[in-house]
Amino acid sequence: MNEITLTVNGKKHTLPAKPGEMLAALLRERLNLTGTKIGCEEAECGSCTVLVDGEPVLSCVYPAVRADGKEIVTIEGLAAEFTAKSAKNAKQELNLGGLRELSGSKVQLHPLQEAFIQHGAVQCGFCIPGQLMTAYALLKRNPDPSREEIRYALKDTLCRCAGYPTIENSILAAAQSLRTGDPIAPPKIQLSAEKHQVIGQVVTRPDAVEKVTGQAKFSDDIKFDGMLYAAVKRAGIPHGILRRLDISKARALPGVVTVLTAEDIPGEHNHGLVVYDWPAIVGLNERVRYVGDSVAIVAAETQEIAEQAVRLIEAEFELQPVVSNPVQARQPESPSLHESGNLLKHIKVRKGNMEQGFADADVIMEHTFHTATTDHAFLEPECSIAVPLPNGRMEIYVGSQIPYEDRQQVARVLDWPEDRIRIVGQLMGGGFGGKEDIAGQIHAAMLANVTGRPVKLLFDRHESLLVHPKRHATQIKVKVGAKKNGCLTAVETELYGDTGAYASLGDKVMTRATTHSAGPYEIPHVRADCYAMYTNNPPAGAFRGFGVTQSAFAVESMMDMLAEKLDIDPVELRRMNALHVGSVTNTGQVLRDSVGLTECIDKVEAEMIRLSGTNDPFKPRPVAGAPHLVRAWGFAAGYKNTGLGGGAPDKAGAEVELYTDGVVEVRTSSAELGQGLVTVLRMIVAEELSMPPEKVRVLVMDTDLTPDGGPTTASRQTYVTGNAARMATQTLRAAMTSTLAEKYDQPPEKIRYIEGLAYVDGHIVSMGDIAVEMKKGGQEPRALYEYWAPETKPLGEGGDMHFAFAFAAQAAEVEVNTNTGEMRVLNVIAANDVGRIVNPLGLEGQVEGGVMMGLGNALTENFIVEEGRVVTDRLARYRIPGIEMTPNIIPIMVEHPTKDGPYGAKGVGEIVSIPTTPAITNAIYNAVGVRVDSLPVDQEQILWGLKYSPK
Amino acid sequence: MTRWQQYLQPKTVTEALDALAHSPEPTLLIAGGTDLLLDLDQGRHPPVHTLVDVNSIREMQPIEIHGSELFIGASVPHSKIVASSLVADHAQALAEACNLIGGPQVRNVATLGGNVAHALPAADGTIALMALNAQAEIASSTKGIRQIPLSEIFLGPGKSTLAKDELLVGFHLPLKNKNQASAFKRIMRPQGVALPIINMAIWLERDKDQIADVRVAVGPAGPKPWRALSAESGLRGQHPDNKTATRALELLLSDAQFRTSPRRASADYRRHLVSVLFKDTLQAAWNRAL
Ligand SMILES: Cc1cc2nc3c(=O)[nH]c(=O)nc-3n(C[C@H](O)[C@H](O)[C@H](O)COP(=O)(O)OP(=O)(O)OC[C@H]3O[C@@H](n4cnc5c(N)ncnc54)[C@H](O)[C@@H]3O)c2cc1C
Ligand code: FES
Ligand code: FES
Repeated sequence: MNEITLTVNGKKHTLPAKPGEMLAALLRERLNLTGTKIGCEEAECGSCTVLVDGEPVLSCVYPAVRADGKEIVTIEGLAAEFTAKSAKNAKQELNLGGLRELSGSKVQLHPLQEAFIQHGAVQCGFCIPGQLMTAYALLKRNPDPSREEIRYALKDTLCRCAGYPTIENSILAAAQSLRTGDPIAPPKIQLSAEKHQVIGQVVTRPDAVEKVTGQAKFSDDIKFDGMLYAAVKRAGIPHGILRRLDISKARALPGVVTVLTAEDIPGEHNHGLVVYDWPAIVGLNERVRYVGDSVAIVAAETQEIAEQAVRLIEAEFELQPVVSNPVQARQPESPSLHESGNLLKHIKVRKGNMEQGFADADVIMEHTFHTATTDHAFLEPECSIAVPLPNGRMEIYVGSQIPYEDRQQVARVLDWPEDRIRIVGQLMGGGFGGKEDIAGQIHAAMLANVTGRPVKLLFDRHESLLVHPKRHATQIKVKVGAKKNGCLTAVETELYGDTGAYASLGDKVMTRATTHSAGPYEIPHVRADCYAMYTNNPPAGAFRGFGVTQSAFAVESMMDMLAEKLDIDPVELRRMNALHVGSVTNTGQVLRDSVGLTECIDKVEAEMIRLSGTNDPFKPRPVAGAPHLVRAWGFAAGYKNTGLGGGAPDKAGAEVELYTDGVVEVRTSSAELGQGLVTVLRMIVAEELSMPPEKVRVLVMDTDLTPDGGPTTASRQTYVTGNAARMATQTLRAAMTSTLAEKYDQPPEKIRYIEGLAYVDGHIVSMGDIAVEMKKGGQEPRALYEYWAPETKPLGEGGDMHFAFAFAAQAAEVEVNTNTGEMRVLNVIAANDVGRIVNPLGLEGQVEGGVMMGLGNALTENFIVEEGRVVTDRLARYRIPGIEMTPNIIPIMVEHPTKDGPYGAKGVGEIVSIPTTPAITNAIYNAVGVRVDSLPVDQEQILWGLKYSPK
Repeated sequence: MTRWQQYLQPKTVTEALDALAHSPEPTLLIAGGTDLLLDLDQGRHPPVHTLVDVNSIREMQPIEIHGSELFIGASVPHSKIVASSLVADHAQALAEACNLIGGPQVRNVATLGGNVAHALPAADGTIALMALNAQAEIASSTKGIRQIPLSEIFLGPGKSTLAKDELLVGFHLPLKNKNQASAFKRIMRPQGVALPIINMAIWLERDKDQIADVRVAVGPAGPKPWRALSAESGLRGQHPDNKTATRALELLLSDAQFRTSPRRASADYRRHLVSVLFKDTLQAAWNRAL
């Protein structure tokens, strides 16, 4: 067949057939319909779902030629499907909330799109086109689906932000609206107890309309004229010395524009976030430390040619013995991977006197736990585009959690001054900590620099899994001492963290793991030692939870073991030892405010008792009529610092500007990964200026246009950048007020702002007119504020190591099949002390996603590396939870405001995930008496455990 | 790498056989592509030149009754099998198996023919067809059309007896009579590839309180999709009480070759699970055969 004729969103196209082309590529590359996303190209994620003759199919594995003569509907055509065919009447169109603004024009959305926006189902948005198309196909067939039918239909349409319950509710709400013609039923959601105009209210995301219509541009959706495509030759061996490299065949391949090696690096050879230990390209006679190390990079006219060229590069290595785990790495006979040895850092926490602490104890217990390496599996693989400019500068389009850090690291390797580079941050399809390190930014920039043409470097899922830093695998030994009454006297922990080939943020992550390793409890005597070790595994770095996910699993398992030994209720044991205002932490910090742990524990306990209908929810209960199915609840608590802490200067800049059209723009380089920072910033500015949030525009992640917001990590942005935006807005407001005061000759206190208008002495002045007025007076209507968070102290010095902590408690109910060892999680109650609810819709999404990540960490996720070689190098082998595994999630927000947080808020992004894993494993123990001390849960081991050594 | 150079979409079996015989090599059939395209992409299959797509071949699309048989075309996607009332009436185990394969998007394109031709010992559709005593209809450019018992298609994991110039046209299943029924069950694990760690299909005919006839298929219980013949004889003519089931299970376990797959399931675990599945599946089929 030489031609394909297909109808896409009602429009007929005739195109020449291309060998090997999939429908996804045809839509994205040839028709520029980039709303259809590619998350895996292996039929696993569902992001690429489109309708072919009304049925949802995966366009990434659907040969384009097969679409000949067929009718295709993509996300870009969804809105028109509604207006053209299914709207009950004109009233319904209006009812849905009216028209939405999209790239300057007004559009009527499909009720599904409306519901996704209004319910907050859109987070990073990368999976959303797939979710919507799958849901649309379902509703066409079944206008009144049950929850089970929705789950069945969405089974393999993955969302890593994992707002599955909200997605389900959105579909139900849309279905109802479609059936009745009524507006979308609003979400049921807990608002802040404190009344504000905007803060704590339901506000939708500024980027939601783009994201539900497929118009949102992620990095790979961008194309430039004359753009080249890059590919990287990876070492493919875990440890060795590069002895021979032959790039001649690759260079000679027609269509290849350049091939670069370490010799072509203009500046410093190494990059890194804290330690410069990671070679941009490994040079001849230099050491390869993991399979993902690069040895050469290629730019070519097409992606296929670039990949073919990489296969023509010949590299030979002198293989070295592989260091495959951190305990082995610390043994003296292990080969040294770095000049400094294999020890990245020995981290110590000391409080009180251990001898005393254990002498005071009536009971002493000790156990060792293991956690697996896990991958962020953000659905959008890494992509960087470097664009050389005629003026000698370079722009880099990339979804990055730390744009200014990218700029610095690229500049270092190019040997350029930093301001010659502009990072133009793009929408990110999830990050979760995995987009803090350099991925392709340096390589794209080097290739663009040499070729003088724009260069795109896109990772496929396989490369993404091999290359970027993971969550640390750990071994954690916990020894506790306690009085008979449950009072903890001492906790000693020893941690080994596998930081892989390069440091990344390993030191910081393992420090957090260590300082939090005794749990959210007040304990007089604490000692913790952690060895963060280099190995030949893929590097480990930041991952939502930042080390605390691992240590919480260990210590919260131990708390349940202790409770059993002492015959004390596990909730009571936690409550009596819980940190409270006035407590001194392990690192010697006095908690002065905002410790809502006890309230979290109480509320979860009450809800658990209510839901289970029993006062002993930890007792195993066989399911009526199916005695091999046994249910029980489990409990866990947790805490997590907000902000960098440990003495690191923690600051963020934000700028706000009032325009003459009445729009206010807030600018900061802080990153939006889907977590909702842009919504929070919009809300803060609107609150401070008493104006409608829709009139606030948010610009983030651009090193030319936005002030440095610092890294988007450690759940810090609501607090730090939020404060910066708040104070910048207050400064602007003061300037606006004084302009009006002068003009109308009124005292400033007499000026009121209501709903975006200023009321002065009987005059009503619009925001736009204030801007005009300020400009007339020679004043720029904008304000920049650099916010410095309260100072913190390094570990070991005592005092405030962190300026705030978030607290949480969770309970999980599991059902274990005692015939097979299989299990499922039925309910999770999650209470979080977030200080203050700022953005309730976003918060609910964070809780759902956090719980699901914790559930994945417990039950499905296991990044397997054997002797340095990655086994789980495809999404098919690295499994993340889908909608069918989603339990009923009951979020409870607790508000104990922290003094310096904006409106009292503190970080939420990580705490929501931390107690989930131990709550689940504790529940498994309660159900069948098998203690899981190694993650993830292995159903075979559960079965053997319950058959041969039950409780 | 370009996945294919030439993609042909014949409309008839004859055209397809012709394309197989006369196109530039290497030539391969493609149905849904959910196995094949990934194998090609991920280097598990050597590159091809020509793909011959069987999705537009009318003879391979129907689900219909031919005399005393139910015919299911090899190109029928799993979603159509699941939705078919004929399949629900006559081949319940197959409907259950196909309903568990992949997610809805995969089931809309992945076919029963592809599931069988891929020749994995635990492919869900295949195991169901084994218990249902399916005959495979094969078309060959040199030998014409023939029907063989399904089990004769399999050589070993991923290897079939189909020649390069042959294709599967479809499957013939005996119609269900009164007192006959089938059931399919499987056990998965939440980590790693979405293939069952063990699956099972049972067809049986009930004569009041006795099993008049029975077929038990299990995967993976050896290199090929497997029938537990001795267990079947142990059940025939018996009332499926606990004692009978236990004895039949012993026979099954002594014949089956369960393997340890690293990080997935030990042979012991499989032996244990098959016991659970055996009793459950037998019970389900027995209750249905009333
Ligand atoms: C996400 C995902 C989940 C999956 N889950 C399951 C599961 O749970 N259980 C399961 O069993 N499988 C599963 N599979 C595997 C696969 O989808 C099924 O085996 C499917 O039925 C294969 O059919 P296909 O039409 O896609 O085959 P294709 O990939 O098109 O073909 C497979 C092989 O069969 C050959 N072939 C195809 N049609 C014919 C024919 N008519 N005659 C001769 N040879 C032919 C092809 O040449 C090829 O070698 C899954 C796959 C994916 C991607
Ligand atoms: S991109 Fe097609 S399923 Fe993931
Ligand atoms: S919103 Fe689903 S992956 Fe982010």
